[in-house]
Amino acid sequence: MTDTSTTGQAPSSDDQYVRFINVKKSYDQHNLVVKDFNLDARKGEFVTLLGPSGSGKTTCLMMLAGFEDVTSGSILINGEPVNNIAPYHRNIGMVFQHYALFPHMTISENLAYPLKVRKKSADEVKRRVKESLALVELADFGKRYPGQLSGGQKQRVALARSLIFEPSIVLMDEPLGALDKNLREQMQFEIKRLHEDLGFTAIYVTHDQTEALTMSDRIAVFNDGIVEQCAAPEELYERPANSFVADFIGENNRIPGTVARIEGGRAQISLADGSSATTLNPNCPQPGEPCMLTIRPENLFIAGDTLRDNCIEASFTTRLYVGDSIRYFFKMSSGAELMVKALNDSQAPVLTPGALTRLTWDLADGLALDRAI
Amino acid sequence: MQFPKYFTFWQKVGMHSLRLTAWAVLAFLMIPILVIVPLSFNAEPYFTFTAGMLSLDSDAYSLKWYAEIINDDKWMLAIKNSFFIGLCATAIATVLGTLAAIGLSNPVMPFQRLIMAMLLSPMIVPLIITAAGMYFFYTQLGLSGSYLGIIIAHAALGTPFVIITVNAALSGFDYSLMRASLGLGATPGYTFFNVIMPLIRPGVISGALFAFVTSFDEVVVILFLAGPEQRTIPRQMFSGLREQINPTILAVAVLLVVLSALMLLTIEYLRARAEKIRTGEI
Repeated sequence: MTDTSTTGQAPSSDDQYVRFINVKKSYDQHNLVVKDFNLDARKGEFVTLLGPSGSGKTTCLMMLAGFEDVTSGSILINGEPVNNIAPYHRNIGMVFQHYALFPHMTISENLAYPLKVRKKSADEVKRRVKESLALVELADFGKRYPGQLSGGQKQRVALARSLIFEPSIVLMDEPLGALDKNLREQMQFEIKRLHEDLGFTAIYVTHDQTEALTMSDRIAVFNDGIVEQCAAPEELYERPANSFVADFIGENNRIPGTVARIEGGRAQISLADGSSATTLNPNCPQPGEPCMLTIRPENLFIAGDTLRDNCIEASFTTRLYVGDSIRYFFKMSSGAELMVKALNDSQAPVLTPGALTRLTWDLADGLALDRAI
Repeated sequence: MQFPKYFTFWQKVGMHSLRLTAWAVLAFLMIPILVIVPLSFNAEPYFTFTAGMLSLDSDAYSLKWYAEIINDDKWMLAIKNSFFIGLCATAIATVLGTLAAIGLSNPVMPFQRLIMAMLLSPMIVPLIITAAGMYFFYTQLGLSGSYLGIIIAHAALGTPFVIITVNAALSGFDYSLMRASLGLGATPGYTFFNVIMPLIRPGVISGALFAFVTSFDEVVVILFLAGPEQRTIPRQMFSGLREQINPTILAVAVLLVVLSALMLLTIEYLRARAEKIRTGEI
C-alpha cells in the first residue's frame, strides 16, 4: 500500500480516510487491551483486522464506531477527529456477528429504520427498501420477520441495513462467524461484490485467516493489543514480518537455528542438526542470535533428481491423504517436525516410514525470523 | 387412565391416589373463591345457601346485591377511589420500575445487588411495618389523608413488581440491538422508544398489572393513611364486614375475582406472545 511517509508530500485525505493515531484502550486503567494502534485506511479500501480472540481487534472497531471510548490517541475520519462525536452522528454502517436485526420489525421495517431516523420521505424509504432488498436478493422477504429467516438470509439483511443509508464506512465484526462453511464462502463473495459495486470503505474484523486473505486489500495482524504486521495478503503470506505472523497466516515449517553470518542480502543459518541453509534476509536477527527458519509446506519439496538452493535430511514418518494433495510428515534428527504438501499427481512419491529423505527448497522461500514463540 | 403394562397393582393404586390428591389440593384452593359466586346471587341477606338456592329455584336468586353496589354512594366512591388510586400508582410505579430495571441491568452499574435489594424491600418487609413507617413519615409531610399520599405509598409498593418483571424481560434482551440502533443513526431516546420498549413491553405490561393489583388489593396502608374520602374497595369491604353484614360484599368480591382472572389471562397471553417473538414464530 502507499507508504505516505516516503513520498515527501502531504497525503491526500482519500489516502487517510480513516486514521487511527497512537490509539490506546484500557478497560480497567491497568491493562492496555489495545497498546498502540496506528492505521491509515484509503477511501474505498477493504481493511481486515485479523487476530486471535482477545487481541484487541474488536475493541478497535468499537472505538471507531463510537461504542467504546478511546483511552488515549485519536481516531480521524476524513481528517476530522471523531473522539467526541456520538455513535449516532458518525454515519458509519455496522454489521454484527449475531446480525442484531430488530426482532419485532419485519425485514422491510428493519431496512427502513435508518432512513426513518433520518426523516426521509415515505416514498423514498419505500423505494430504497425495495432496491436494497433486490441488492441482497431477498426481494420477496420484506414482510417476514427476522425469526423466519435462515442465518445467511439474516446476515444479508444486516448487510443491506448497514448499507441502505449510504455510509462511507462500513464496519463488520466477525459477520460470518455464526454461519456454516458453505454459507460463509458464499457470503464472502456477496460482501466482496457489494464492496466493489458500492465502493464503501470496509473495516472487517475476523479471526479466520482464510477469510482475511480472500477478502482484504490489506490485513492488520493483531496480537495481544499490538499490530504485528499490516500489509497486503500476498505480502503477509510470502514475506511475514515475524514468526507470529508467519504462523498465524497459513501453515509453516519451523526449524530452529542460529544466524551464522549475513552478507550481500543473504543470511547463513546453521541448524541444530549441524546442517546449514541460506535465506534472503529481509528482517532476520543479528549474527550469533537464535532464529527460526520458516518454509511453507508447499515450497518444500522431496528431492528428486534435481536439488534446489537448500537441502536438508529428515526421516519420513507418515503421510496424510487429503485428496487434491498429499501431506508428508518428516522428522529431523534435531527433533524439528516438517511437513511437505505435494500435489496428488503421478509424481507423488511413495516413501517407506523411517526412510531418510532429502528435502529441498528455493533460496527465496525460506525466511529467517525471530524466535519469539 | 393408561398405565404401562409393567405396572403392579399397588403402583396403579399409588398413581390413582396421587391424582386424587392433586385434585383435592386444587379444590381446596379454589372452592373458597368459587363458593362466593353463587352466594352473591342470593335473594336473602344471608351468607349461606338457602333451601331455594339448593333446589335451583330461580326465585331464590337475584341481582339485587349488585344493584345495591350501584345504588350505594359509599361503594361507588370506593370503586372510583380504587381505580383512580390504582391507575395513578400504577403509572408512577411502571415508569420508575422500568427505568430502574434498565439502569440496574447495565453491567457498568455499581452496587447492583445492593440497590436491587433496597428497591425490592417493600415486597419483603412485612406490610404492617411499611405502613406504620409511612404513616409517621407521611403525617410529618402532611400527606396522610390525601390522595397524593396514598398514590405515592401504593406506587412504592408496586414498583418492585415492575422491576422484577422488566428485569426478567431484559435478561433475554440482546444489547447489540441497542448498539445497532445507535450505529444506524438513532439517538438514545429514539432507540429506547422504538427498540428497547417494544421488546420489553410484555414485561412492562405484566409489571404494571401486578402493580395495579397490588394497589387494588391493598388495605393495610389504606387503614393507616386514608381518610373517609379515600376509602377504597378493600377498605369498604373491611368496614362492611363489621358494620352491615350483607351479600353486597360478596357481589363486590365476585367482581374483583373476575377482574383478577382477566388480568391473569392478559399476563399469560403477553408472556406467550413474548416467547413467540423471541423464538421467531410470529
